[in-house]
Amino acid sequence: MTGFPILTLLLAVPLLAALGCLLAGAQTARRLALAATLIDFALGVVLWSRYDIGGAQWQFTENVALFAGFSYKLGIDGIALLLIMLSVFLMPICIGASWRSIDKRVGEYMAAFLLMETLMIGVFAAQDLFLFYIMFEAGLIPMYLIIGVWGGADRIYASYKFFLYTLLGSVLMLIAMMWMVNDAGTTDIPTLMAYDFPVGAQKWLWLAFFASFAVKMPMWPVHTWLPDAHVQAPTAGSVILAGVLLKMGGYGFIRFSLPMFPEASAQFAPLIFALSMIAVIATSLIALVQHDMKKLIAYSSVAHMAIVTIGLFAFNVQGLEGSMIVMLSHGLVSGALFLAVGVIYDRLHTREINRYGGLAISMPRYALFFMLFTMASVGLPGTSGFVGEVLALTGVYQVSSWVAAVCGMGVILGAAYMLYLYRRVVFGIQANPDAAAMTDLDLREWLMMVPLAGAVLWMGIYPESFLRPMRQDIAALDARLSRARPTGDATLTPGKPQSAVRAVTETGHEQPASAPMRAH
Amino acid sequence: MDPILFIVFLPLLAAMIAGLGNRALGSVAAKTVTTGALFIACALSWPIFLGFLGGHAEPHVVPVLQWVRSGALSFDWALRVDTLTAVMLVVVTSVSALVHLYSWGYMDEDPDQPRFFAYLSLFTFAMLMLVTADNLVQMFFGWEGVGLASYLLIGFWFRKPSASAAAIKAFVVNRVGDLGFMLGIFGTFLVFNTVSIPEILVRAPAMAGSTIHFLGMQWDTMTILCVLLFIGAMGKSAQLGLHTWLPDAMEGPTPVSALIHAATMVTAGVFMVCRLSPMFAASPTAMAFVTIVGACTLFFAATIGTTQWDIKRVIAYSTCSQLGYMFVAAGVGAPGAAMFHLFTHAFFKALLFLGAGSVIHAMHHEQDMRFYGGLRKQIPWTFWAMMAGTLAITGVGIVDVFGFAGFYSKDSILEAAYASASESGRFGFWMGIFAALLTSFYSWRLMFLTFYGKPRWAGSEHVQHAAHGDHHGADTHAHGHHDDGTAGYHPHESPLSMLVPLVLLSTGAVLAGFAFHHSFISGGPGEFWKGSVAFSEELIHHMHGVPWQVKWAPFAVMLTGFLTAWQFYIRKPETPAQVAAQLGGLYRFVYNKWYFDELYDRVFVRPAFWLGEKFWKLGDIGLIDRFGPNGAAWVVAQGSRGAQRFQSGYLYSYALVMLLGLTAAISWVMVH
Repeated sequence: MTGFPILTLLLAVPLLAALGCLLAGAQTARRLALAATLIDFALGVVLWSRYDIGGAQWQFTENVALFAGFSYKLGIDGIALLLIMLSVFLMPICIGASWRSIDKRVGEYMAAFLLMETLMIGVFAAQDLFLFYIMFEAGLIPMYLIIGVWGGADRIYASYKFFLYTLLGSVLMLIAMMWMVNDAGTTDIPTLMAYDFPVGAQKWLWLAFFASFAVKMPMWPVHTWLPDAHVQAPTAGSVILAGVLLKMGGYGFIRFSLPMFPEASAQFAPLIFALSMIAVIATSLIALVQHDMKKLIAYSSVAHMAIVTIGLFAFNVQGLEGSMIVMLSHGLVSGALFLAVGVIYDRLHTREINRYGGLAISMPRYALFFMLFTMASVGLPGTSGFVGEVLALTGVYQVSSWVAAVCGMGVILGAAYMLYLYRRVVFGIQANPDAAAMTDLDLREWLMMVPLAGAVLWMGIYPESFLRPMRQDIAALDARLSRARPTGDATLTPGKPQSAVRAVTETGHEQPASAPMRAH
Repeated sequence: MDPILFIVFLPLLAAMIAGLGNRALGSVAAKTVTTGALFIACALSWPIFLGFLGGHAEPHVVPVLQWVRSGALSFDWALRVDTLTAVMLVVVTSVSALVHLYSWGYMDEDPDQPRFFAYLSLFTFAMLMLVTADNLVQMFFGWEGVGLASYLLIGFWFRKPSASAAAIKAFVVNRVGDLGFMLGIFGTFLVFNTVSIPEILVRAPAMAGSTIHFLGMQWDTMTILCVLLFIGAMGKSAQLGLHTWLPDAMEGPTPVSALIHAATMVTAGVFMVCRLSPMFAASPTAMAFVTIVGACTLFFAATIGTTQWDIKRVIAYSTCSQLGYMFVAAGVGAPGAAMFHLFTHAFFKALLFLGAGSVIHAMHHEQDMRFYGGLRKQIPWTFWAMMAGTLAITGVGIVDVFGFAGFYSKDSILEAAYASASESGRFGFWMGIFAALLTSFYSWRLMFLTFYGKPRWAGSEHVQHAAHGDHHGADTHAHGHHDDGTAGYHPHESPLSMLVPLVLLSTGAVLAGFAFHHSFISGGPGEFWKGSVAFSEELIHHMHGVPWQVKWAPFAVMLTGFLTAWQFYIRKPETPAQVAAQLGGLYRFVYNKWYFDELYDRVFVRPAFWLGEKFWKLGDIGLIDRFGPNGAAWVVAQGSRGAQRFQSGYLYSYALVMLLGLTAAISWVMVH
């Protein structure tokens, strides 16, 4: 498809602005960064409105062959579209969150953020395997810088951990990619998604990709970099880390592991389920005992991401769509929660939960937004969190009632740790005079909160806007996975139990006329 | 536009105006908007109910907005109106409107009134979404929405640590039930491939006898689905095991207790079981389970109610117990009786709570009945209202002549339990009869301690505080002259805004049973319910044929309870202490609420924190970090000059590794 290269423009705007920021003074850099991210958001809106739902699977494609089969090839489907929208939506908010709190090396900071935006969009838009790899790995470099330069006291250890985990995964993934290109003879991702790799090799390829995606997700037990990274990162860094970077792991599973290695995915689904169940229980309990607000929310992210992985490996439409919605929702909600922490951190310069208390008295507007995002995080119906959670769990229930029940425990524990946090920060008396003296949201902060709140409610009340663009792509993926779909443990046995105690497994003649046997 | 749209969405609109306007809007405007919206909703609801009562209204569904489509799973926002909904509509909007009005007086001195009224209206909206749900997910939306409103209102006085703690407890305990509800929804979707309630109910009977795998075991399909859904109902309706949040919820302002924790939200579980009654009817095991849980709850809660001193806690346990009656009725296959008790209970229990609020208001926030006494003459309107409520809850009435509201509804439950002729039904009947005795006892105990005898106000800190404040300035000779137990305090009757709701609810408590029992129970239930609940004609028939002993037994135990209370608290006030001393351990067991809170604290709460600490310190830090990144750093440090140098250069190393790798990859591809 030829036409206006809107995806290239999406990549170019922040990149050029980043160069500008490097040269500009502090205030100019802030304004330039804000302008660039807002332009990118506007371009994203154009992209969404021009996206033809139900049309070609890959749209807005661009292709420039470079050398040796390696090409600059871009294009998006509905899944990529939604994740690009999430990125361009969160970016202006991040710039806004850094407006005052960053006051050293502002130009470089803004440049790092803008570069990261380019690379993130690139990850979701890349259609060439190596192009994806460059974007995927290089996207982390600005993040290291943001943590390492503008981070908190212990930033070196945090970025070191982040680096170490990521390195391991990326090397294995690169080797796997080389093998794949050799076998399939192409670096074109859409072609690879339809290519049937030998079942024996799939296992190794799957594990190599898993090593990378599991770290990014992050899945238990390779999650310990996340709490440190969040705690040390500046507010906007946490927002983008939780909001978009964690989604790269899930996107990787959807784009690579599932369609390219369906048999291996089915084979390793129990591993994914086991790790996810441990993650939900363990990290939720850990979140319960945290004294540091950012650490608490970071651990809750691990638990939420586990719902994404079980949904993805449920091998059905509800699971896949639910996972996508959880990713989008978590991007908004955890981003908003980190922002909410940032608002009070900017005033009191501590993340210690016990230093706060009674904020409802002096900061009622803040309390309202914090309540909304807390409820979205615990998955209250009417917010985005619920739609994703209920779809993902419905999906996984069809595969395993155990997984659904254990991960459902997250619903209880999530309410416990989030409300416990809210109680200690917002309710109670104003025990600390400096916390009591804090002022309510100013206009800048209010302008950051309102779009997030609106998006969270929109996705909760009318998720069709977000489900529709990806429906066709999820259906295609579901069809691709159908050959490897495992049978669930919760299947229905019809008929009279007296006559057929537990032997009847086929759909016999005793089945009631209208009863469907399995849901898809 | 269909009036149901206004009924449901006006409260939401009012809540948003009052909540977002908050202090900028001002108390009076916020109160006017929310109360006005509720009275309009109430005025629109009654014609719908009367339409179904007259038999000329037809069930219908009003679509609102598409919600979720995902593969075969689809559910929308829609409002269903049928007889069952109509009953709930009048209950919810009437009690809510009166509670809004009552709060004008009760919350008069609170600085946060807009927030309070916004929460009340938000609650009403969520409750209305629940009762108009046409699919299980929207019901769950309302379910969680009322949970949120309940959380916010229990914790309304957020400066009090006990209020915040009670709010969290309510939410989290409810979530335990909600997990059951959610698993029930997932299972229902798996079996029926839909979450639309009408479609499920049509196809449920055909599923009887099939089995399904769940958590490693093979279950009867309808049994496991119903039990899972019922676990949700147990949480919301505070049934045995998941009841611990309800007494603590009394930390909220009293109008909240009346609306949410007596009349409406806690009955959502009963409503759910009735709404899904054709589903439950397909599983005798699930029905028996419902009956037994209800029977145990009504007994257990009634025993605790006899020993508590806090006036609101007595009524809270009473609510818990009455909800047990409703589940017994639903479990023996008489959802009509369950709904009828829900209906009458909403009026008389809201009345009792609002009456208690009026007493608390008069006694300057003292809630301990040991410091009440002799209030009959001081606050006569409140006294007569509480009397009407007590006559209703104890079920005073003469068979075939006239009775107060609870007489009709509770007796029909006991008759249904007896007539059901099942083991669980018999159990429910005997438990119900015994609990009726306790109900009568604790209700009259409350009346006697509060309104009769001599004033014991002097012992109350709240009253002393108030009396002390009163006397400063005017007369200084006051001290020492009040050996009559009043401490010189003069309780005042509540303002008109509080008395009007009391009078209206009293009318309901007196007449609701007599006026509607024909439609709900004994007349043509098929004509009234129009298939919105599954009832058994046979059971109705048997209910008419129960022996006279069964018909009169509730009356006999009611009288016994009254006389015992009279003996204990009027004639020989020293008796209760003697009895308590004689019972010793048993009394302490009951007084300490069967030690549920202590048990849960040891079994769930503390281990959760302990485990969290261990997973964190031992798992993440001690194991994963130690042998993961820190271990790697150590290994590297051994090889190089030290981790420090390595760490400071890591970024360049990373970029280098990536670039080298990529170069290698590309050249490798080029070579091939």
